[in-house]
Amino acid sequence: MIKIEKLHKSYPIGKGSLHVLKGLDLHIKEGEFVSIMGSSGSGKSTLLNIVGLLDGHDTGKYYLNGQLIENLDEKKAAILRNKFLGFVFQSFNLINYKSALENVALPLYYQGIGRKERNKIALQYLDKVGLKDRAEHLPNELSGGEKQRVAIARALVTNPKVVLADEPTGALDSTTSHQVMELLKEINREGMTVFVITHEEDIAAETDRIVRLKDGVIISDEKVNKKVTI
Amino acid sequence: MIKFLFDTDTWQEIYSSIRKNKTRTAITIIGVMWGIFLLVVLLGAAKGVENNFNKLFGSFATNSVFVWAQQTSKPFKGFQEGKSLTLKMADLESIKKEILGLEFVVPRLQDQALAVNDFKSGNFGIFGDYPELDEVQKMDMVYGRFINNNDIIEKKKVCVIEEEIYKQLFDKDVQPIGTYIKINNINYKVVGMYKKGQIGSGGPQGNIHIPFTTFQQVYNRGDDVGWMMITGKPGFDITQIEADVKLLLKNLHKVHPEDERAFGSFNLGKEIAKVTGFIKGMQFLTWFVGIATLIAGVFAIGNILLITVKERTKEIGIRRALGAKPWEIKRQIILESVFLTSIAGALGIISGGLVLMVIDATLGKGEEAALSNPTVDIPVILIAAITLVVLGTLIGLIPAHTAVSIRPIEALREE
Repeated sequence: MIKIEKLHKSYPIGKGSLHVLKGLDLHIKEGEFVSIMGSSGSGKSTLLNIVGLLDGHDTGKYYLNGQLIENLDEKKAAILRNKFLGFVFQSFNLINYKSALENVALPLYYQGIGRKERNKIALQYLDKVGLKDRAEHLPNELSGGEKQRVAIARALVTNPKVVLADEPTGALDSTTSHQVMELLKEINREGMTVFVITHEEDIAAETDRIVRLKDGVIISDEKVNKKVTI
Repeated sequence: MIKFLFDTDTWQEIYSSIRKNKTRTAITIIGVMWGIFLLVVLLGAAKGVENNFNKLFGSFATNSVFVWAQQTSKPFKGFQEGKSLTLKMADLESIKKEILGLEFVVPRLQDQALAVNDFKSGNFGIFGDYPELDEVQKMDMVYGRFINNNDIIEKKKVCVIEEEIYKQLFDKDVQPIGTYIKINNINYKVVGMYKKGQIGSGGPQGNIHIPFTTFQQVYNRGDDVGWMMITGKPGFDITQIEADVKLLLKNLHKVHPEDERAFGSFNLGKEIAKVTGFIKGMQFLTWFVGIATLIAGVFAIGNILLITVKERTKEIGIRRALGAKPWEIKRQIILESVFLTSIAGALGIISGGLVLMVIDATLGKGEEAALSNPTVDIPVILIAAITLVVLGTLIGLIPAHTAVSIRPIEALREE
């Protein structure tokens, strides 16, 4: 599903440059539940941005769903993001003047799906995350956990290939964090590839495979749970 | 694109974006509104002044000059200065013969007269006129006809009266044509009545016109001419004709060629050109001020959108992460800009129109109206509206470009 070979990325800082990713090799198969562990500055966010097509890489190869990613312009990237990727952010990133339902339906809007159809699909996904009765609420009327569940519904609504979660529990208390992770697990059980970035050990422990990143290189890659990947 | 314009979501986005910055949006809208408001009101007012001017002078042939005799101010050929001059019918013949490019030379005689009809009477200006007067100074006949050649030849006792005189001498709803009125104790048959509209000369209460030849005989004027109206053929310079005529008259009356006071004249063409020039200048100024204000207003809208875009950087980042193509972000902001400018423009045009209606109702009525029927042509409004939409689109491009020039990753990082 996601295949990375000898990936390098550096950012220019002043006159020099900061080498963030130093030749990563990573292969994530369809249906896996992977977490990337690392302290801040380890390059995990950069990796997620590259995987999420929000940022380009310097050298190396990146295959998404078997497709080599190179020379992407913004328009192509937008289409690929919409089609293959679902994002869950630490700060939820819901649009605050839109209701939960409208937020969930937004990716479908960019697919050109009509309003009625959009809202129907969005409501199904809200139901899936248990927030059907909150559909008309604005984000600031929801709790943190509810917001993140809306965000997850939004990530799922286009039926993507991979869900990318950047510190999905970073802004939540431990109980809610657990609930969110349970939800992600459930999604994974239904066959979705889930890619979580975190710096919390107990969050990583809830996934099937932990990839540890330090200073731009992978220091370990281990399968945790007994679940067999397809 | 059409689907985009009629999509509820499109307008919902615009609404919510505007709602977030109500005060600033209102203020910027006022900027553009003020520009188009100025344009409409000032152009309307200029049009009103022009209409009024046309109403006053419109009946006159614009390339005409009035000439009359005064007193000499320089001694010449043995004559002392201060010699009184009178125009003669023979002068007219000479003018017609000698000067090129004349269309009409119309002599007139003028006096005051007491007119009586039954028990009503009044003092009016009385004129001895030729039928040609109708050519130089269009008479707007309400009833009957103007003086004709037969009247001149037979020196008929007929008269043409102004509507004002009719009101003073006749009872309401009485048909004046064919009745007789007494002017200085002589009976004249009324053959025509015209509407005032011309800048009148003579009596303040109205004018009576009788055949020129009748006037000569009744008032014992011999072959004197009070003053004359001269019009030039198209293509001939009326100012040149004026100078030529005066020089010829000086020659005929043995007046010093450089005597500026011997003959008076009023060049209507020149006066009209002055006012027309003034109106043109006013219109130009209006366009200049209006368009400049408009541009300033549109820039303000561009500015507010730029601020809005900056504030919405994160939201735009989210949208792009969710699959919004750059063009989809851009067109939204451009539409917002066009929408704001159009709303402002419509408000400006409407309020401008209302103010013009108020001006028309207060200043545009009655005889002494400063302006009449102040209006703005539809094409002008269309040009202004199109200019607005084009400017709105162009100015919208700036914030639209800013919105997509930030990479989604940077936009998302912003807190």
